[in-house]
Amino acid sequence: MASKRIGLQTIELPLRPAITGCAACVGRKEGEGPLGEYFDFVAKDEMVGQETFELAEKQLYLDAIRKAISKGGSRPEEVQFLLGGDLLNQIITASFSARDLGIPFIGLYGACSTMAESLALGSMLLDGEHASQIVCAASSHFCTAERQYRYPLEFGTQRSPTAQWTVTGAGASLLNLSPAVPALAHVTQVCLGRVVDLGITDANNMGAAMAPAAADTLLAFFADTHTQPEDYDLIVTGDLGQVGHDLLMQLMREQRQPLPGDRYTDCGLLIYDRKAQDVHAGGSGCGCSASVLNAWLLPMLQRREIRRMLFMATGALMSLTSSQQGESIPGIAHAVLLESP
Amino acid sequence: MDKQRIHTDPKHYSWLTERFSPPSPVAPCLLRSFWVGGLICVLAQLITDTGTCWLKMTARDASSLSSIVLVFLTALLTGLGVFDKLGKYAGAGTFVPITGFANAMVSPALEFRREGLVLGLGAKLFSIAGPVLVYGVGSSVVYGLIYALFIR
Amino acid sequence: MFDWLMYVKVFLVGGAICTVGELLVIFTKITPARILVCFIITGVVLSAVGLYGPLAAFAGAGATTPLTGFGHALCQGVKHAVEESGLIGAFTGGLSATAGGIAAAVFFGALAGFLFKPHSK
Repeated sequence: MASKRIGLQTIELPLRPAITGCAACVGRKEGEGPLGEYFDFVAKDEMVGQETFELAEKQLYLDAIRKAISKGGSRPEEVQFLLGGDLLNQIITASFSARDLGIPFIGLYGACSTMAESLALGSMLLDGEHASQIVCAASSHFCTAERQYRYPLEFGTQRSPTAQWTVTGAGASLLNLSPAVPALAHVTQVCLGRVVDLGITDANNMGAAMAPAAADTLLAFFADTHTQPEDYDLIVTGDLGQVGHDLLMQLMREQRQPLPGDRYTDCGLLIYDRKAQDVHAGGSGCGCSASVLNAWLLPMLQRREIRRMLFMATGALMSLTSSQQGESIPGIAHAVLLESP
Repeated sequence: MDKQRIHTDPKHYSWLTERFSPPSPVAPCLLRSFWVGGLICVLAQLITDTGTCWLKMTARDASSLSSIVLVFLTALLTGLGVFDKLGKYAGAGTFVPITGFANAMVSPALEFRREGLVLGLGAKLFSIAGPVLVYGVGSSVVYGLIYALFIR
Repeated sequence: MFDWLMYVKVFLVGGAICTVGELLVIFTKITPARILVCFIITGVVLSAVGLYGPLAAFAGAGATTPLTGFGHALCQGVKHAVEESGLIGAFTGGLSATAGGIAAAVFFGALAGFLFKPHSK
């Protein structure tokens, strides 16, 4: 029946939807990081010329989408779906951006996994020929996330060494079924993950909460496709940070499918200079994987420096309420196989 | 063994997490909270002594004066965006003294001003400090009742 | 006359109480908000059983400035009010003894909310 399915969780996309445009707009701190020069726009401050932090995040989101669409040689009127989300309650950044753009909108919440989730669903819609152009986007903002999930900005506390720094940034990709412009990359397989929870309750250690989900999706993907880690030029996770990165390596070692150290990295480790920028375990948030993918990883595929990249964004599916009620933190991970043109 | 799924025991994973999570630098943290906390108390004593010796206040009024001055300084430093950096350096050194109580009230007031004067600033003022008052006043009333009924 | 020794005691005791808070932060992962609540209740209890009074007499502001001292003030306020006016004092004593700090925090908190904006990091 479902002929495009391979194995238990993986989906093959024979029409190979192309990514034709990508853009990432970030805050000042991210601009000062090692990837600073690759971003399409670096804001001067966290307000991005807006009245509130929420509006600032929306501005980055809109800018990233508009830039991705125009770089992909298209116009907003031609785009048939906007698939996206963010970290705020009722995903207001994404839906308020959709209000301004006028593109039919499918709101997604996958916590920090949203970029991979939207790419996976967008590619499936294209492969099913339900649309020909789709834009996918995700964002986060340090200040909006901090005030929603943790303490007010001016509250004087110490951060735990396992804590991660929410990235201020938005990334967007334009997916196209029959592109008029050269493709940056093709989406050829996607693997949507299960929710996995190994009982981590420490909200200051999100990497540890998400690593088991990452391992689960990787194992499922390798089993479904009969491949192994060495078959990919690069495996990139979304925002596991240093602790989650190390734990994922360990979990995969224990499952006898070790990840090669030189071919596995994490967006949360790439975006900041962890020594100089005081971000503890690394970056986190939807905007972390979204901005690193669209500023740094996709152009690498376009230049054919790498041929096959498994991009897997991870999310921690907890809320303030569930944390306060003592629930552990469930994780999720979605993987997207990207191949250079 | 099913290679498709992860099979890790939560107990084993919690042990792994412990092993891979970097610890807090204990000695520097303790030292910093000690000297900053101690210094804040010295400042409070200085204000109290100024009150009793120079302004001829009662001991109780002078003690209130020192609370008020420290709260004022905290509000000012919080507003200027300095207190959070001080708190990051000193940890419990700034949040255990009355400065922490004041910061816990001032910082949400700043933060939630945009959500309105009543339900934003007004309500959120107590979002962190409220529980302190609830349990502080609550336990003192319990003690008062016991004292009035059984001890006195 | 300037009492140097008193200031040494203030520094040592105040610093030590803060260090206990830091130990809790590092080793128990209790959130700061909970630690503040624990400290104030501890202050009330220690004061009620008569242990905090001598410490406050020994170390002055070193014992009264940390939040345990706030609990001590609440407790002693209640005690004196009960002695003066009976059962009603259990309700009136605590807040009147600590009114200065609380009113200042409410007033300056609201004022700062009007005057300043939060800074990004």
